[in-house]
Amino acid sequence: MVGNNYVIRLATIMMLYCVLALSWNFIGGLTGYPSFATAAFFGLGAYTGAVCQGQGVPMYLAWIFGALMAAVFATGLGLAILRLRGHYFAIASLVVADVLREIVNSATKLTGGGMGFNLPILKLGVDAQAKLFFYLMFVLAVLTIVSAAYVNRHRLGFGLRCIKQNEDAANMIGINATIYKTAAFTLSAVFVGWAGAFYASWVNYIEPGDVFDILFSVKPIVMVLLGKTGTVSGPIIGAIVFLFLEELVWRNFLTFHAGVLGLIVVALIFYLPNGLLAVDFRRWLGWRRNR
Amino acid sequence: MSAILQLQGVTRQFGGLMALNNVSFDLRPGEIVGLIGPNGAGKTTLVNLVTAVYGLTRGKIFFDGRQIDGMKSHEISRLGVARTFQIVQPFPQMTVLENVAAGALFAAGARNLVEAKEKALEHLKFVGLADLAGSSASALTLADRKRLELAKSLAMKPKLLLLDEVNAGLSNVEINRALDLIRRLVERGTTILLIEHLMKVVLAVCSRIIVLHHGQMIAEGIPSEVVRHPRVIEAYLGSRFASRAQRNSDHG
Amino acid sequence: MLYLQVLVNGLVLGGLYTCIAVGFSLVWGVLNIINILHGTFVVIGSYAAYFAYLKLGIHPFLSIPIAAAILFVLAYLFQSGVINKVVAAPVLTTLTLTFGLDLFLNNLLIIAFKADYRKVTLKNPLGVLDLAGITIPVDKLAAMVLALLLTGLLFWVLNASRTGRAIVAVRMDREAAALMGVKVRKIYALTFAIGAVMAGAAGSLISLIYPISPLNSFMFLGKAFIICVLGGLGSVSGAMVGGLALGVLESFGALAFGPEHAVTLSFIILILFLLFRPMGIMGKRGYD
Repeated sequence: MVGNNYVIRLATIMMLYCVLALSWNFIGGLTGYPSFATAAFFGLGAYTGAVCQGQGVPMYLAWIFGALMAAVFATGLGLAILRLRGHYFAIASLVVADVLREIVNSATKLTGGGMGFNLPILKLGVDAQAKLFFYLMFVLAVLTIVSAAYVNRHRLGFGLRCIKQNEDAANMIGINATIYKTAAFTLSAVFVGWAGAFYASWVNYIEPGDVFDILFSVKPIVMVLLGKTGTVSGPIIGAIVFLFLEELVWRNFLTFHAGVLGLIVVALIFYLPNGLLAVDFRRWLGWRRNR
Repeated sequence: MSAILQLQGVTRQFGGLMALNNVSFDLRPGEIVGLIGPNGAGKTTLVNLVTAVYGLTRGKIFFDGRQIDGMKSHEISRLGVARTFQIVQPFPQMTVLENVAAGALFAAGARNLVEAKEKALEHLKFVGLADLAGSSASALTLADRKRLELAKSLAMKPKLLLLDEVNAGLSNVEINRALDLIRRLVERGTTILLIEHLMKVVLAVCSRIIVLHHGQMIAEGIPSEVVRHPRVIEAYLGSRFASRAQRNSDHG
Repeated sequence: MLYLQVLVNGLVLGGLYTCIAVGFSLVWGVLNIINILHGTFVVIGSYAAYFAYLKLGIHPFLSIPIAAAILFVLAYLFQSGVINKVVAAPVLTTLTLTFGLDLFLNNLLIIAFKADYRKVTLKNPLGVLDLAGITIPVDKLAAMVLALLLTGLLFWVLNASRTGRAIVAVRMDREAAALMGVKVRKIYALTFAIGAVMAGAAGSLISLIYPISPLNSFMFLGKAFIICVLGGLGSVSGAMVGGLALGVLESFGALAFGPEHAVTLSFIILILFLLFRPMGIMGKRGYD
């Protein structure tokens, strides 16, 4: 049933992308801080989950540890780097993934270093395993969506939007910007870390360069820009469209797919600066008809 | 009656520049005090120090009996201090209502967004912006933006309101409207520190005036005395006019 | 004696780093764009030197003009086609854009030249210099001297020519420069081209020292970041301070923690500087 498993695999990645995009939206879309730390959180969650399982911790617990580790790390990191703005914050967040990758690479005894880490194999059939991880990612995606919707509608989301539009005025009006930003940053990490832990168990073998890949930081940003920042449906739509484009490119440009992806990113920035949701499709279609 | 705001020896240095030098005064609850002085005298810096935009180099500030220098801006806001900005600082992508609701929600302790918006509408009615509640904050005229700024501050339920040049750029009609609002605020018991350069406004509403020049307090008292104070005249008009005024008052 | 050797190693390395970073720093300071493509530009310069030596026997030091010309054309294309349109855009946009461009260009290189690591091995190596117990490979020393000469040339151009002063003016105050009649768009294009040219020249110089592969682009980019933060943005002297500092730090770091950790150490230092001293070692904005 190769065909069926391919669809399930695609659907699982779809859920993963939703989690990544919605998570980045907390810090990048709502709060306006351009974080490139998603890869750091993902890799941290993946390795925490993997190492725990390697030490005999049951899978379910290992996943939760992965999420917690990413969250705690984000809180600490956030308190340190969230007072930087603009470019400096972006670079700091970018560099963190690299530093973590190097540390994981060197801690060979614990993590297997550059040779990667093999996770214990599950006593399930290939089909059952595929379905299990789809359901897990699906539940995580739903959890992320619900959190995003809640935050958007209540005090935290409102405060974050104030911070994004005018951080000084936000402080003056009684918003403790430090706490709010750190909360957003932590939210941007917890589900990502969890997903990382799932991912490690799903693929059974991880390497530092694989789970700390900078693309895990850039893709969610592109997905959210594709949809619309700051909303709940925007990142989801962006994730769906992005996956669709990515699969298209994979199947047609195997060797050059990264390059084509790069071109797509460039095209996006130019032709959809406000994302798909900002495009007035009716006007666009009407305009074409008039020609 | 104890002071609601107390500045003791407040000094702020920026590198080589002494922006404020040993300024001390008290504000009593329910007063409207005018803060005047030529450009660069340190008026906005004073407001920035009270609201913790900058820290003090020396001195102490007390609000409602508590020492607030050293606290963070948002904490001071929640204690009951609100200010307007000379160059208005709205949240540009939000509506007028949301802008004011932010003040109600984060500083005045509204329980949720819905309640904050209800309170916000009341404040908008008070300043006369209720029919623009749904408009985007960035689409307002300057006068309306100033009123929005005021409404936002009011939503914070302040005990002390620091108004920084609320009348800059307004027409006479608009200024009179603003004065009316200010008077009604004082009736409600809010203490106001009014930074102004329009003397007619200051003379119209203020019970006391403090004059700053080059970061130092050069005069303090009731309006009629302050305007005749030689150092004040010298600061605004130069020493020739000051000595002429001095000679006139000696003869008259 | 060991420490002196390590110091000298660091300084030699630092000279090269200066040349790698100065173009990046200029673009960031003047256009306010973090050019992710910079690393790939350096790699292209290295490939130019590699093939010039392989096919035409030209010594890498002498192929600097070739590398410079290639990068100038490339930069001009990118600038007029793409970069110019996003100069005033927020950080997220410019970073994501240059990242996408880099993904494209880097992938192109991998397809054209494969990811294998290559090295320029000279048929007649220049040997090693021995000064009172300190050994310095002559080609590295020569590369460093040339790197500093090029950097010095850039410094002279920025200070002595009208265009150079215009670039500095735009860096100081964009609007004021425009009001004085400086054509800001042209300055942007020129600065971006200069950045690319310096990257290519640096690439030529280091082709003798570092393995050449598109996969190395992020390493050079990382070093350029750190140097900018250490030394300050947009100034040649800042790149020099930062470059030398980084070289020395990495050299001693390799001694203390082993060469494989030297890079991690430099990143940790970057974060520490960002947190506690974002204005860099010199602590003030240089404008030269």
